[in-house]
Amino acid sequence: MQYQNLFTTVQAVGPVHHGIELGSGQDTPRFGKTPGIVHLFGRFGNAQVGPIYLGALGMASILFGVLAFNIMGLNMLASVNWDPIQFVRQLFWLSLEPPAAGAGLGLAPLNAGGWWQIAGLFLTISILLWWARTYRRARALGMGTHVPWAFAAAIWLFLVLGLIRPVLMGSWSEAVPFGIFPHLDWTAAFSLRYGNLFYNPFHALSIAFLYGSTLLFAMHGATILAVSRFGGEREIEQIVDRGTASERAALFWRWTMGFNATMESIHRWAWWFAVLCPLVGGIGILLTGTVVDNWYLWAIKHGVAPPYPDVFPAVMDPALAPGAK
Amino acid sequence: MKTPNFKHRNWLGALALGTLVLLAGCERPPMESTQNGYRGTGMVQVVNPRIQADVLAVNQVPAAQPPAGADGPKAGQIYQNVKVLGDLSVGEFTRLMVNMTAWVAPEQGCNYCHNGANFADDSLYTKVVARRMVQMTQHINTDWKAHVAETGVTCYTCHRGNPVPKEIWFTADSQPQGSNFIGNKMGQNTPADSVKLASLPYDPFTSYLLKDEPIRVNATKALPTSGGQGESIQRTEKTYALMTHMSASLGVNCTFCHNTQNFGKWDGAPPQRVTAYHGIRMARDLNLAYMEPLTEVFPTNRKGELGDVAKMNCATCHQGVNKPLLGVPMLKDHPELAAYRPYTAAAPAAPDAAATPATPADAAPKPAQ
Repeated sequence: MQYQNLFTTVQAVGPVHHGIELGSGQDTPRFGKTPGIVHLFGRFGNAQVGPIYLGALGMASILFGVLAFNIMGLNMLASVNWDPIQFVRQLFWLSLEPPAAGAGLGLAPLNAGGWWQIAGLFLTISILLWWARTYRRARALGMGTHVPWAFAAAIWLFLVLGLIRPVLMGSWSEAVPFGIFPHLDWTAAFSLRYGNLFYNPFHALSIAFLYGSTLLFAMHGATILAVSRFGGEREIEQIVDRGTASERAALFWRWTMGFNATMESIHRWAWWFAVLCPLVGGIGILLTGTVVDNWYLWAIKHGVAPPYPDVFPAVMDPALAPGAK
Repeated sequence: MKTPNFKHRNWLGALALGTLVLLAGCERPPMESTQNGYRGTGMVQVVNPRIQADVLAVNQVPAAQPPAGADGPKAGQIYQNVKVLGDLSVGEFTRLMVNMTAWVAPEQGCNYCHNGANFADDSLYTKVVARRMVQMTQHINTDWKAHVAETGVTCYTCHRGNPVPKEIWFTADSQPQGSNFIGNKMGQNTPADSVKLASLPYDPFTSYLLKDEPIRVNATKALPTSGGQGESIQRTEKTYALMTHMSASLGVNCTFCHNTQNFGKWDGAPPQRVTAYHGIRMARDLNLAYMEPLTEVFPTNRKGELGDVAKMNCATCHQGVNKPLLGVPMLKDHPELAAYRPYTAAAPAAPDAAATPATPADAAPKPAQ
């Protein structure tokens, strides 16, 4: 039972470390001079908290992010007459809406989408600055830039939804509102408007990568936990010096499906599946409305979807009848 | 050995209890699912039989009274100020008046509409409205057979014993709070009953059941065509809101009228969609031709927050079932509501002339016939 582990049971805490010195002025804004140890954090990850490096990019990103967040929040609060109780009760319903259809791509009046434009601009600046920060931190540590590029895949989808596609469509009204339920309504309406997004092959690919990601994550996480009694969680060492944990894990998958990933390649699989999910999803969104107006009709036209037999008595669109009201 | 197990059991017990408490908000299974389309396409109707029992119970038709003879003098000859039902015999007329009292004002009685001292008097607004509503019922049963077929409607279809039908709507304020500077709700993002607590636009009625805004949003071609502006996502949300209302009012799923692989497609869709198409136009016609002109007749306390008159939508008649009153043809027992009964046809000029001086007070707001 001792090794049937699902939760962190033992916290091995060594001496806290501040991280390597980088020189060239990059150590100054690192705060948290004496990193702390939080037991609760150790249950989920590493118990050591800090140091945090924000720097100019991080500070600017947080500034713009807070501005965007506050513009959204204050608009929501104003929409319930500044009533904090109603703000909490209706929070999931509240939203900051983009300009109305027909308003085009110009600057909208503040209360008719203008706040949305400002919040969207600040949020975009904030996210792009944060991306630059992740890139620079990775470089500073001599790492590869896999994390920033994975983040960039998500930013691609964000930009397609809120900037690139609305510009191509010629209207900000095509963009997503800032709200919990309202952005889900947008998603449903987007599919309804453009003839059922399930017939969009890039949507299908995106779902395949999404579900594939969860499958790979489950397989990998389970495999490593299952061989942790043999030191399997020390994956990186096992890449170059394959131990009994790796051998058993590999044999398990060869027994069950005849093929196995390696301690290294599984992470490439995971990275590509995760990155391709928003990447192809963004392509699917970008094509919708710009080059395909009705995905169902497109899929029927190109033989992607099968036509089903009609089981209902034939009806005619009554709007086509002579003298239709 | 015992202590950790006991501790875990407590946690698990609390978890199970919490889950049960959360599940208490759900409808208890099993649901009844009926396939109505091609296999494997999800074309099914799902109902909860326990909820359905209550819905069926409130949609029962009251027992009809024995019919009255059509012989004898006409109501228009005997009574003063009978403008719409003058062609009925006195027996038929009295029977209808008694029925209307039972359908519309069972507690308030005749005096809800009539001045007790002079039944011909039009001084009560309710009488003016009731007369117009009788005309509306005749109009529906004559001109909207595309929607009501031969089943037809009576006062009871909407009123169900209430002076004001339970399901009515008023135009909603699109920005009830905030200012012209910040906090625009844009007519949505509120847990509103009209859209089943979704954050969809909460007043689709003004746009579609009063104004004639286009409901269709789907492209009819695979690729974009030039000039296809206006079918925005925001308009789609409003259409979605109207459809949510229709689905809830009729107690049906989307698949009752639509083949959900492509909502806009007519071929391969259930024929009920055609009936619904006419229903939308019927509600619009009735709101425009009958309810709106009565705005000045109603007192302020019967109007909405924006001062508009009460109007009807799908729920006004349907009240949870796809055929109001479960499709029982109540109208066949009340043929006087089935068609126009112009009082001039049989009534001589005398009662007409007598009627004129009886109604000087409210001659102005009375709608044209």
